[in-house]
Amino acid sequence: MQAFTTLKGLVAPMDRANVDTDAIIPKQFLKSIKRTGYGPFLFDEWRYEDRGEPEMDCTHRPVKTDFVLNQPRYQGAQILLARENFGCGSSREHAPWAILDYGFSCVIASSFADIFFNNCFKNGILPIVLDDKVIDQLFKECAATEGYSLTVDLPAQTVTTPSGHSFAFNIDGFRKHCLLNGLDDIGLTLTHADSIHAYEAARRQQAPWLF
Amino acid sequence: MGKTLFEKVWQQHVVQQNEDGSTLLYIDRHLVHEVTSPQAFEGLRLAGRKPWKISASIATPDHNVPTIDRDKGIADPVSRAQVEALDNNCAEFGITEFGLGDIRQGVVHVMGPEQGLILPGMTVVCGDSHTSTHGAFGSIAMGIGTSEVEHVLATQCLIQKKPKVMRISVNGSLPAGITGKDVALYIIGEIGTAGGTGFALEFAGEAIRALSMEGRMSLCNMAIEAGARCGMIAVDDVTLDYVRGRPYAPKADNWDAAEAMWRELHSDADAAFDAELVFDAANIVPQVSWGTSPEMVLPVTSSIPALQSARDEVQREGWRRALTYMGLQENTPITDIAIDKVFIGSCTNGRIEDFRAAAAIVQGKKVAANVKLAMVVPGSGLVKQQAEAEGLDAIFTAAGFQWRDPGCSMCLAMNADRLEPGERCASTSNRNFEGRQGMGGRTHLVSPAMAAAAGIAGHFVDVRDWS
Ligand code: SF4
Repeated sequence: MQAFTTLKGLVAPMDRANVDTDAIIPKQFLKSIKRTGYGPFLFDEWRYEDRGEPEMDCTHRPVKTDFVLNQPRYQGAQILLARENFGCGSSREHAPWAILDYGFSCVIASSFADIFFNNCFKNGILPIVLDDKVIDQLFKECAATEGYSLTVDLPAQTVTTPSGHSFAFNIDGFRKHCLLNGLDDIGLTLTHADSIHAYEAARRQQAPWLF
Repeated sequence: MGKTLFEKVWQQHVVQQNEDGSTLLYIDRHLVHEVTSPQAFEGLRLAGRKPWKISASIATPDHNVPTIDRDKGIADPVSRAQVEALDNNCAEFGITEFGLGDIRQGVVHVMGPEQGLILPGMTVVCGDSHTSTHGAFGSIAMGIGTSEVEHVLATQCLIQKKPKVMRISVNGSLPAGITGKDVALYIIGEIGTAGGTGFALEFAGEAIRALSMEGRMSLCNMAIEAGARCGMIAVDDVTLDYVRGRPYAPKADNWDAAEAMWRELHSDADAAFDAELVFDAANIVPQVSWGTSPEMVLPVTSSIPALQSARDEVQREGWRRALTYMGLQENTPITDIAIDKVFIGSCTNGRIEDFRAAAAIVQGKKVAANVKLAMVVPGSGLVKQQAEAEGLDAIFTAAGFQWRDPGCSMCLAMNADRLEPGERCASTSNRNFEGRQGMGGRTHLVSPAMAAAAGIAGHFVDVRDWS
């Protein structure tokens, strides 16, 4: 996993609430058995006029020109700005894979759905929760300023606007540590193999039918 | 002070408490299907790891499988490759799989309980958000992503933050014609799709205790649509009667020991909850979703809301978009909405009781002329077999419904079963997101009886008036 430390990046605004994972990556792309290659299909139904199919070449597909990611000013964006309950719905990890593969490594929203939030950390994406009012302000500033970018500093836990306003965000210590170091949790958990064996031995006494 | 049901099950699974507040939680049961597992098995292979406890995981293909002409195999090469990848991965790692030709194959969340793989007080995970279904057994059951599927395979544990616990009580008895599905939709309509975020829900109260296991599974299935980590219901005789005698359930002395332990799986009278909501069962009317989020749901007796009644601009914009997508006008009575297709099935409503309820409605009647396709898709091969033994398939086919083979089917349209753009469907599944049942398709979530009645009438009707 790629480590995340600081990022100064162009912001793309996704101005709707309850963006679900079916919208982020429609189900036909879930047939792939790979972890990569989903970026061209991110928000497929909102982004293109035709129906996307796995492995198709997207370079000549007709696009919906008013969709945010199709607007020239947001090309190359690395930060996705969103509203409440972003990532609700299915547990598909293909959603963060598509977001990452497209080029975003940070999503800022007023709230996230649990499973999606959790999945982001497993893939080196930083999901940041900021207050509703702050989110509103960022949407306004982003609309008003072409080339609007934000600076995200994970060690300091701040998001800073071009005019120098900083907003603090929370993140739990373990997740921060893993993101900063690009750590794989499986290796970390296996360092506790003895505790897992001890738990199993005790549990087997109490509930032998589980073993 | 007493403990909540959630707290009791959680405490029994703590392997280690980490300094940062997270918990290493032991996982008893892991259900596996073809869509969210290939990258996890690939990860194990690349790292040279083996499953920690092979018998904890059980697999079946469901999302991509055809529901018709199964003997011809899977026509779509991409779907076929994914199902074959599951077969190969299970063979390589030694995991039990109920494959396509097996009578036990079905939607993971129907197959698991049916086989007795889900026992009270377990921790259950699956790379699928509707894993919440299994909370109906007093277990902690959570949907996880593919990285966590790999983590559970490799370590039999998950790193979890303990959620808060909310009790939702439904007091009184449910009026005739009201099902677990209506209760689920009603609650989501009241609290919203983020109403349960950060919480484990416990469903309690007289109306919940009166539900069958099927009804409880429908309700817990949709806890995830309220944003919750999981939904749970206390263990009682209904739970034990369902589990007893199933293939993977404990037998003889083990059963007696298990039963004694499981009888403790309820919240203590003096347990404290982080949040508490109470509803009155008498207020619940058959529900129909009208929009593109499960919280956009109404009693069948009402009309599509006027935009001016939205609580704020963000909601109004969401409603406006939903009305456009759904091709609906403000103030239209729900019963004036005509449908093109009917889908009865899924992990929410693909169990025997669901088909009995739907068959009772359609018996001796015919699907309306404006309905292009009405399909019934059993949740598993065993549900199919049982329904056929009861003659339900004959009732459906005589009425003009198609009787299919088990799988997820048009719940998410990864196989050939889907809506065409603009088509409107009465569906017993759990999600009405844009494009969920096919690009441009329009989904209305309802109970099996409501879907069946809409298929006969050609538009939504109140099943309570059905004769
Ligand atoms: S039936 Fe639908 S909701 Fe259930 S597991 Fe299958 S696709 Fe998911």
